[in-house]
Amino acid sequence: MLDVNAIDLHYGAAQALRAVSLKAEPGKVTCVLGRNGVGKTSLLDALAGQHAVTRGTITWEGNDITALRPPERARRGIAYVPQGREIFPLLTVEENLKTGFAPLKRDECTVPDDVFSLFPVLQSMLRRCGGDLSGGQQQQLAIGRALVMRPRLLLLDEPTEGIQPSIIKDIGRAISYLRSLSKIAIILVEQYLDFARELGDHFAVMERGAIVYSSSRDDLYEGALRRAMAI
Amino acid sequence: MTTHILIRSLDRSATLFLIIIAAIAIGVPVLNLTLPETSALYLPTYLVSLFGKYACYALLALSIDLIWGYCGILSLGHGAFFALGGYAMGMYLMRQIGTRGVYADPILPDFMVFLNWKQLPVYWYGFQFFPYAALMVVLVPGLLAFVFGWFAFRSRVTGVYLSIITQALTFALMLGFFRNNFGFGGNNGLTDFKDILGFNVQAETTRNVLFSISCLANMLAFLLCRAVITSKFGKVLIAIRDAEARTRFLGYRVESYKLLVFTLSACMAGIAGALYVPQVGIINPSEFAPGNSIEAVIWVAVGGRGTLTGAVLGAVVVNYAKTFFTTGVLAPYWLFMLGALFIAVTLLLPRGIIGTLHHWTALRRDRASAAAEDGVTEPLPAE
Amino acid sequence: MAALTSSLLYLDGVTVSFDGFKALNNLSFAIEAGEMRAIIGPNGAGKTTMMDVVTGKTRPDLGDVMFDGQYNLTRLDETEIAELGIGRKFQKPTVFDSHTVFDNLELALKSNRSPRATLWWRESATERRRIDQILEVIRLTAVSDRLAGGLSHGQKQWLEIGMLLAQDPKLLLVDEPVAGMTDVETRQTAELLKEINREHTVVVVEHDMAFVRDLGVKVTCLHEGSVLAEGTIDQVSTNERVVEVYLGR
Repeated sequence: MLDVNAIDLHYGAAQALRAVSLKAEPGKVTCVLGRNGVGKTSLLDALAGQHAVTRGTITWEGNDITALRPPERARRGIAYVPQGREIFPLLTVEENLKTGFAPLKRDECTVPDDVFSLFPVLQSMLRRCGGDLSGGQQQQLAIGRALVMRPRLLLLDEPTEGIQPSIIKDIGRAISYLRSLSKIAIILVEQYLDFARELGDHFAVMERGAIVYSSSRDDLYEGALRRAMAI
Repeated sequence: MTTHILIRSLDRSATLFLIIIAAIAIGVPVLNLTLPETSALYLPTYLVSLFGKYACYALLALSIDLIWGYCGILSLGHGAFFALGGYAMGMYLMRQIGTRGVYADPILPDFMVFLNWKQLPVYWYGFQFFPYAALMVVLVPGLLAFVFGWFAFRSRVTGVYLSIITQALTFALMLGFFRNNFGFGGNNGLTDFKDILGFNVQAETTRNVLFSISCLANMLAFLLCRAVITSKFGKVLIAIRDAEARTRFLGYRVESYKLLVFTLSACMAGIAGALYVPQVGIINPSEFAPGNSIEAVIWVAVGGRGTLTGAVLGAVVVNYAKTFFTTGVLAPYWLFMLGALFIAVTLLLPRGIIGTLHHWTALRRDRASAAAEDGVTEPLPAE
Repeated sequence: MAALTSSLLYLDGVTVSFDGFKALNNLSFAIEAGEMRAIIGPNGAGKTTMMDVVTGKTRPDLGDVMFDGQYNLTRLDETEIAELGIGRKFQKPTVFDSHTVFDNLELALKSNRSPRATLWWRESATERRRIDQILEVIRLTAVSDRLAGGLSHGQKQWLEIGMLLAQDPKLLLVDEPVAGMTDVETRQTAELLKEINREHTVVVVEHDMAFVRDLGVKVTCLHEGSVLAEGTIDQVSTNERVVEVYLGR
């Protein structure tokens, strides 16, 4: 389980996160919502280790990982699918997937079948260069690569941004499936409320670097959610 | 106007620096010329020339600090300007030899006779006159710097790429000057000088005068640098160093500023080279060696870039260490020592000696004022 | 050519495409002289591209941008547009850290920028007064001798706004000024901009809705490269299309 306790994050003198606290459990999807610039990506950067927090702690599976750098966190099962996909354009789809082997032990280095059953298009495009794929296909590749890492915590930053509706459905199905495995804790950052509402077990809305509204799916008050997200 | 500039340029440490150099400029000749050789404080003449050499290096370091410490231009080829100034002076000194040379030709230097040249090349004309040679000392490096800078800065070449092409510049010049048919003495260079402005180059008094002039040159260059740095022009230079794009965005023609300060720096380096040559008695193409230019930058880094006084200190300290280490059992290891020094300074003392001192005093000052403010709540900007 | 419009800034049918993607799509709106306008909009709405077009960084494929009724900005380059009096403040403060607050403003002050002029420059009483004036507006008089690198994030933003003011612009384009500021600083920035608005026309792009509310000015909401709604913040925030767009597709 992930336990984020009152973290602050600064870029130089500018504060991007203010006392953010969050929990994520395996088999549950935690949605982090909010407009542009509220700090959603900064939060994921903090969780992935890309940017150090200036205060607070991050505990994962009982261990304090606050000081750990990204490769160490990857080895502990934390996978990050960043905004903008960031797949390697000059590597083939297969090679891109294989980059997910990096934190794994020698005998674990295989691409799980799940990846191809969730995203069949990847199977048919194994030999194509990553840069030749459409935005939606790249997004599927990015998620597939994260899955190759055998993650126990999956961080997704706006996976639907700029993607066509049919592929959004595929991605939604994939996230549902991963949740049903009950082994992976999923944190989904989104601006697309309807998509998040369908998948989320827990919701947190951010504003100016802090969480201003937090609720589980059962207690969710639609009006409050909309108000927190609108202008 | 000048008084205003002087007041602006001379703060406490600058005045202190000038006083120290002036004291040295006077003290060294006194210790050499007035004291008997048996006295404990007597300074041997060879040391006077050695110190003179250090003074020229200090001037070169000042010229590098001006563009590197205050404008962020890292020239790894400044030795070229130093050497060009040196060659200009060397050509004047060669013309003074006249019939006292081995081949006793009144016009042609020995090496040209040896090469079977019948006539003095055109580019040697005029060097028998000191004013002309003095002009060339400043003009040749200055012109080269101007043309080089014009192309480099206008093409927006910066950072490491600029440093690399300055290395290429000095390397190319070295190769050229090594060639015998270049007409500058080939790999032997210019040497065996007899006199300068009528005075015997080797005489004790001449050596002392040259030393004092070198110190004076340092003082004047230091003042000039201070005047530039404390002017609005200097503030623009620092702005360019810290945020070039922003400075351009404010409407300043960054290329023109860089070109001006780079040319000025080259002229200073040329003068340093010109004062160097009569004191060491020789100028040869190895002065163009890329390694020399890099060493000069190390002097500035050790002393503290962006402090001016640090450049002078660094030049003296490192060259003293070099003299110390290369005349003894540790001689073969000098290059390792230099490398280790560079690494140590970069890792442990990145601000250099003077820079670190400035930093400590600033820290102590801030801590004192923070302690004074203790107990008062942090003032909001809007009051 | 007679003035086409009385507006200070008039965007007319501006379209900008990047590789088939329309960043600005037939965008039209006007800013009156002396006005302060807030531009909001979700991700990808085209706010930054719009400012790039106005300042001359990007040339539009279609449409015109008229300034002061007589200048077509789409035909001028960045320097010419800056000289016309259009100043832009970027999101990230880029002040000169090793210079004092005062020197930062001095460098930004409208003056002869040539190397020769700066070599011989001496501070005049008028210039000193102007800088002191600006220091007061941006509330940094107390720290005028401090190095800019030691300022708080909010103070750096204000200094940068001050540097923009020093160039005497007619129109200020301010990009996300309160990103990363504390609540107190955010409120002070709203006050600061209102004061500046007394003598300059200001266009502010922001995500922070509390700040936009504080400004209390007309709001233009962009979406996918064109204007979605315009009005007061209350009108815009209750506009159904706007609500939909901010909540998703």
